[in-house]
Parts: sequence; structure tokens; C-alpha cells
Amino acid sequence: MATIALASGVEERVQQPSQVTLFFRYLRRNKSLAIGLAVLLALVLFTVIGLLVVSPKAAYPLAAMTKQPPSWKYPFGTDFFGRNLLAAMAVGLWQTAVIGVLAGALGTLIGIILGFISAYFGGWLDNLIRGICQVLTPIPVLLIQVVVASTLDKRDVTIFTMALIVVMLAWMWPTLVIRSQVLTMKERQFVSVAKLSGVSDFGIIFKEILPNLLPFIAAAFVGQVFSAVFASFYLAVLGLGPLREPLLGNIIWSAQGQGAFFNGWWWWPIEPAIAMILILGSLALIIMGLDELANPRVRRSE
Amino acid sequence: MSSAVADARTDSTAAPPSEKAALAPVLRVQNLEVTYYTDLGRAKALDDVSFELRSGEKLGMVGESGSGKSTLALAMMRMIKPPGRIEGGRAIVGDTDLMSLDEDGMRHARLSKIAYIPQGAMNSLNPVTRIGAQMVDAVKSHLSRESRSAVEDRCAHALRSVDLDPGVFRMYAHELSGGMKQRVCIAIGILLQPQVIIADEPTSALDVVTQRQVMETIDRVQDEINAAVILIGHDMGLMAQFVDKVAVMYAGRLVEVATVREMFTDPKHPYSQALISSLPNLNNKGVFQGIPGLAPSLLRLPGGCAFHPRCPHGQEELQRSVRPEPVTLASGRIVTCHLYSGEAKHG
Amino acid sequence: MDNLLELKNVSKVYSRGVVNAQSTIALQDISLTLREDEPTILTVAGESGSGKTTLAMLLLGFITPTTGQIVYRGKNITTLQGKERMAYRREVQAVFQDPFAVFNPFYTVDHLLTVPIRRFKLAKSKADARNRMDEALTAVGLRPEDVLGRFPHQLSGGQRQRINVARALLLKPRLLIADEPVSMVDASLRANILETLRNLQRDHGVSIIYITHDLTTAYHISKSIIVLYRGGVMEAGDVDTVIKDPQHPYTRLLVDSIPWPNLDQRWGAEKIIARSGGNSEGCRFRSRCPAAMEICKTQPPLFRINDHHTAACYLYEKQPEVAAENLSELLPV
Repeated sequence: MATIALASGVEERVQQPSQVTLFFRYLRRNKSLAIGLAVLLALVLFTVIGLLVVSPKAAYPLAAMTKQPPSWKYPFGTDFFGRNLLAAMAVGLWQTAVIGVLAGALGTLIGIILGFISAYFGGWLDNLIRGICQVLTPIPVLLIQVVVASTLDKRDVTIFTMALIVVMLAWMWPTLVIRSQVLTMKERQFVSVAKLSGVSDFGIIFKEILPNLLPFIAAAFVGQVFSAVFASFYLAVLGLGPLREPLLGNIIWSAQGQGAFFNGWWWWPIEPAIAMILILGSLALIIMGLDELANPRVRRSE
Repeated sequence: MSSAVADARTDSTAAPPSEKAALAPVLRVQNLEVTYYTDLGRAKALDDVSFELRSGEKLGMVGESGSGKSTLALAMMRMIKPPGRIEGGRAIVGDTDLMSLDEDGMRHARLSKIAYIPQGAMNSLNPVTRIGAQMVDAVKSHLSRESRSAVEDRCAHALRSVDLDPGVFRMYAHELSGGMKQRVCIAIGILLQPQVIIADEPTSALDVVTQRQVMETIDRVQDEINAAVILIGHDMGLMAQFVDKVAVMYAGRLVEVATVREMFTDPKHPYSQALISSLPNLNNKGVFQGIPGLAPSLLRLPGGCAFHPRCPHGQEELQRSVRPEPVTLASGRIVTCHLYSGEAKHG
Repeated sequence: MDNLLELKNVSKVYSRGVVNAQSTIALQDISLTLREDEPTILTVAGESGSGKTTLAMLLLGFITPTTGQIVYRGKNITTLQGKERMAYRREVQAVFQDPFAVFNPFYTVDHLLTVPIRRFKLAKSKADARNRMDEALTAVGLRPEDVLGRFPHQLSGGQRQRINVARALLLKPRLLIADEPVSMVDASLRANILETLRNLQRDHGVSIIYITHDLTTAYHISKSIIVLYRGGVMEAGDVDTVIKDPQHPYTRLLVDSIPWPNLDQRWGAEKIIARSGGNSEGCRFRSRCPAAMEICKTQPPLFRINDHHTAACYLYEKQPEVAAENLSELLPV
């Protein structure tokens, strides 16, 4: 309840520290966000440098000597099929990122459009969209994804179709989240004042409400990326991914198929597993951090 | 109750506080200091605040937003959160200095020695649990040895004291009106019969009629348990109707403490004078008199006396460079102003 | 001369539930006429639940009446389109209670002023716009360089509310609905804001409807007053007479409960009767009225007490009746 009157009056303007400084100070307080971003940044650097250093062709079979444990020549070792695992990891991470971002962006975009329309205009449109979301939500996602993926012709399964399969049942959540936020925002007094100032309905949606929802949209996006990455991973582990590509899940699937552990090729499945833990972990930390950012009440005091 | 006290107050001579007041003060605040360490600098929210209160006495604390009145309440309750810090001073209730207690001791003191009804308390009632559960919850840790039915009896008694039906115990917050919810909060505050009750703007969101009901309730309740009450607010009208003493805060300092009659008839500090003359009354229709200027930012206080830029007497070098210290006048009043530094009570 | 805004027998009823429909009458049969050539300050006074906010929302076109019509310059506001609708928006504005809620936290406070300038084409150029903003801010006692470019949370409540009033000054509407403009503002600043509003009416011909529960400020600023209780008009007329000599028992209770900052004017000794149960027939104040009679079970009409004073109470049944539609005639301008 203690407020500090930052009213200026006779005195000069209080010097504000720069945006960058404030950002880093905030990161110091929001450890989840800081660590999540750091790990993600490291993974991105790894992928970028990896793709520059190693030829992508080395990620595919018969590129190198088979079954080599990690050594100077092959820092991550090679697998049964002669794939240089360093290259495979780099390419795999890149492809995972593509799926994640693509599916994430698509899901979030659908969420924004449907969520806004539903909340702002209300009426039968709202009931329709909300009804569809509520009907689709309890459907077991894993099951449907597996069924769809397995009925596809093997040649049609590419990273893009994977992204679509993942989005198919993931768009409901951002729609509902954004809808509920818009519903609340719509009742705020600054929207009434905007109406009094002659702003049109679309003006209110895009200029008044949307900017305030950016933290939520960012959180929804990261959430979607998380689900997409995770879904592509387990589908690939089940052998339903684009088998030729060195997706992380594929590597594990093929390692399992060849009995990698029993044969002593421990590096083969462990590396993609660690990579996946790092990706999902960093995304989860970012989500937690964004949650704190978007919800000032959760924000820890300095 | 009201008529007896009201008669005593309409007496033209300065009336002493209620006869039930004990001689030794029940609350002694001495040199309390609170500083906030923000990204933009240090702000002294409370600067050397001292005052005393006896049982049965009612003190009104007025000031603009940011003057420190709510900070004072939080400091006494030891509820100041970082980046704020209590830097010094004492708050003695009865025989115990609240500042010297450890976490457990303070937790025990809250509600049993000193109760705080925060601003907007009525909106902080849990919407999904019954009122009764919340009341019991508030005092559970204090009364761990009492049986469930004894605790419930206490709650029923408290509800009756605030003029609510004991059946409210089983109701939910949304079933009650604003005034009723506020009285529930008062009931929670008096459950353990504390010696000091701090009410921070208890009626700010209520209309006049409900406000009067709530204030009369606080009056009655205070009489019953003979507590000292600190009423924080900015409505001087409410102060005139309710309190015995008025303390005026400005930029973290206590600039004047006087009886309510003294404050309304003869305010000494220029800020108090400005506050009193800006009050609307039925005889000066159409005359609007505010206080020029703005309250200063605590981060950039003017030098010397913090009020000097807005003070009609504030042009001297003295006001600009030297801090005034609190001075006790002959009548027992305290003023923090250079105009009175020569009138200190001797002895 | 056209009537600027008229309410014709407007009622607003909220119903809840389908099976066991419960309805709340927010406003009952209110008629009001605001003329363009006689700018005045009218107070609408009442507790929470009296319908005063509903009245504001209806006047601003945010909600539609259940029965009755709201007419702007001869046209029903629900039929307004395009240019006419913009004209209505331009001429009917508001100042709200909460100084913080009216600002969009994403933008600086300038946004509150620049958006209407742009939408209503109030300025010919950026420089002109800036000039007008500076003028309005100075008129409310702010220094433009102190507040422009800042975010709402960086300013005090008083400064924010002053900016709100500056917005009204900038737009110079024909009708300004001020919904509790000073109740969340420090006492020391209230005088300043009220004075600005009074000047708007006196010097710029803006009619103001001042909605409040605080009769002391109402007394200072307005000419006429309507006292609402649970959706109905209890008393109305010249503000001096209604406050100094209230006739309706409810107004008497209100005036009695005002915390006068005067030690010799104490709260009345009369006990406040709590409202018991809902009674939908008859006088809305019946269950709390110390003077309730048998006849109060039927709705009392407005009785004329004198040329500028009317009350809806059977205590005055000897006086001539006033039809609801003619309420405005008893309000001095």
C-alpha cells in the first residue's frame, strides 16, 4: 500500500537508467527467464556454428565410418549407419527449431484471430468458436497424432507435415487463453474512453487491446513451441517421423532399433536425449519466466 | 454511547479524551524511520516519526498520497517489504517494542496486540470460503489451545459487536454488501481484543450513509474493548466526526499533532492551515480554495523544510536550508515548523 | 433550438436467470431534458445501487434502455450512423472516477489526448495539436513538460485526474458526464478540479452532469440536483434548497450523514434502519423510512413543493402532482 509519489514538480526530471540496464537488472531477478534464455542461446549458437563447421551431408548415412565412439575426429561419435552425430545433432536441432517455430507461430496466429473475434464480437460467433474448442480439447492428442502420422504415406512425411499434425490439435489452448484475456481487457475503462474518443472497433482491437496482450501472446507462443517440439520428438521416437531426416527423435528410434545400448554404442541415443532435455528445459524455464513477467502479482519484489 | 461522547465534545472548552483512558500511553512510537531503496534512488518514506496514544484515544492521521501515513501503519505492523527497510526507531505497545521482536513474536503480536485493517480490506475477503472459515483462520494460530466451539463463540461475539447477525458466519463474501464486508473486516480485527487498532481508509469506497454506519461501529467497538484507534485517511470531515487527536503528515514527517478542536479552530503549521481552509462548507458556496503546488517526490525532497516551496512563509533562507525539528508547545501540541521553534515548552 | 439530449421515460431493468427470472430495476421511468442554449451543472446524487452509474452509461450510449428512448438532437441514439454518430461522440464526453483506469498502460499519457485530437480532427497539424495539449494541461495546473512522455504509473493520482479533465477541456463537448471525478483524489486537489469543471460551464458553455454521493461538493458546484435511490427519483430541484431544507426522508438521511468538517455539526442521533428484504411495489425507500405509511405501498408520484423543488413522497400528497416527463421544468439552470 505504500506508494511513493513520483510527482515531479519543481525539481528536474529524475534520471531514468537506460532500457538495456533495466532489462539486465530484471533478468537478475527473474532467474527462470535468465537461465532459460541462456541455455536456448547456447543451443542456437551450437546449431549455427555446427552447421557452418560441419557439412550437412555428414548427417546422413554412409558419410563416415560406422559405430565410432566420440573422439577428436568425430566429437560426437558416429552411429550404425555411418552418420556423423555432430552433424546429425546440428541438423536435427535446426529441423526441430523449424517445426517448433512454424507450428508455434501457426498455432498462436490462429489463437489470436479466433480469440479476438470470439471475445470482442461475442454472440453466436463466440459460442461457436468456444464450443468447437471445448469439444476438441478432451480428444486424446497423442492418439490422433499417431493415427494421422501412421496413415500417411511414408514419402509424405516431411518436417512440414509434422508441423501441421502438431498444430491440428494445439490451437485451442491459445484461442481460449487469448479470448479470456480479451474479455477482461474489453471491460477496462481505457477501452470505454477510446470509444468515447471515436476509435472504431478494429482500432480498439489492434491499437488498444493487442499491445497489452503481448506478454500473453509471447507466453502462448513459447507454449506452442514447447508442445510442437515435444510432439515431434515423441512421434519420431515412435518411428512416425520423416525417417531420412536426423530429427532427434529419429536418432533415438533408430538407435533403439539397432539395440544401441546392448551393443555398447552408448553415445548414440544419449546425445539426442540430452539435447532434447536441454531444449524442453530451457523452453519450460522461459515459460515460467514469462509467466512472472506477464502477471505482475507473481512478480517477486526486488 | 454516541450521545454522551458527542455532548462532551460539543462543549466549547477543549474536552479531554474519554475518561476511560489510562494514564500511561498504550502506544509509543519513537523516531521511526523507513527508507525505500529503489532503482531510481533512496526515498525516505518515514523520517523521525514520534507520537503517543492512550487507551481509548482516537488518532486521525491525515496527509496527501505519498505522505507516509500508510507506510507508518505498515511499519508498525512490520509489514514493510523490500525494497523498503525499517532503519530505526521503536513502536512500543504496552511494554513490548514491536521492533525488537523476532518473526514469531511479531506474528503473535499481530492481531493480538495490534490489529491492522488495510485499505480495501473488504475486497480482499476470500470469495470462495465462508466468512466464518476466514475468521477462524485468522486467529487459529493465536488460539491453538482453545476448542473449536470456543473460537466460534468468539467470532459470534465479534460479529455482534459490529452489529452483524451471527449468521453471517456461514455466508460468503459476495452475499454481503460493501458496508457489511467492511464490518466483517473490523470484526476480524477485534477478535483478539488488541490494544491498538489501525484502520486505513476504512470507508473510502462506501457511500455516506454506510460510511456513517461503519464509523459508528468502530466507535462502539473501540469503547467495548478500550483500544486505541488510529484512523488513516484524508477526509477531514470524517476526522471531525470521529477522532480526538489529529496528526498531519507531509513528505514522511509528522508536521503537526493536535486535538481535533485545536486543529479545526487554530491550526499552527501552514500546511494544516491550508488543509483546513480548503474544506468546503455551507457558507462559502462557489469559493474554491486548494493548496498550490504538488507534493514533492520523496526522491528529490526540497532542502530544509520540505514544505517551503508551497508555504506562504517559506521564502527565508532558514526554511530553505535548515530542517525544522518537532517542538512541543505549551498546550501539549507538537509542531514541526520554524515559525514555532522559539516557543518550546520549558522543562 | 434543438434539445441537445433527452431521456424519455427511460427504464433499465436487468434480469438474471431463465427459469426463476429475477429482475433488478436499475432505473425507473426517468425523463430529463438538456437544452443546448442553457449550459448548467446538474448533480445526480445517490448511493451505490441508486442507478446513477446506469444513467451515465445510458447517456454515453454504452448501454441501451429497456423501455423509453434516448434522443440526441431529435434522433434516437441507437439509429445514429456515420457522421451523426461521430458528432454525438464528439459532443457528449465523460470524466471518470478512477484516474488510473482510463489510461492504456501500454502507452504514455499523451495517448489519452492525441487519440481524440486525431479522431475528431481537432488540430490542423502536429504543432497545432501540441499547442492545444499544452494549453489544456496548463489550464488544469500542470506543466506539460512534466507529464507528457510519461507513463501513467509514473504520475500521481492527482496528476492523472488532472490530465483527464484536460482531455475534457480539449474536446469542449456540449455535455460532460462527470462520474465521481474527485472521489479518488486527495482533498487538497478537489477544489482545483471542481473549479476547472465550473469554469468549463461558465466560460465555455459546457453542460455538466455531476454524478456523486458527496453532497458537499455537489452543493458547491451545481445549480440543480436530482436525488436517486434504487433507480427512482426521490427529490429534485434547486441545490441550495434541497440540501439546506431536504423534504424527502431519504434526502434527510443523506444530509444528516454527511461528515461535515465542522465540530459543531455532528452526525444525527437518528438510528439508520437497515434495509430488510426486497420490496418491489410502492416507494423504494419504504423499508428504511421512519415515516412510512400504509399508502406508501403504492408508488408515490412527484409532488411539487415549490417552483424549484419536488419530492416523491406521500408526506406531500396535498401538493399538486408533477408528471415524470416534466421533471426538467423544476430544475433551475
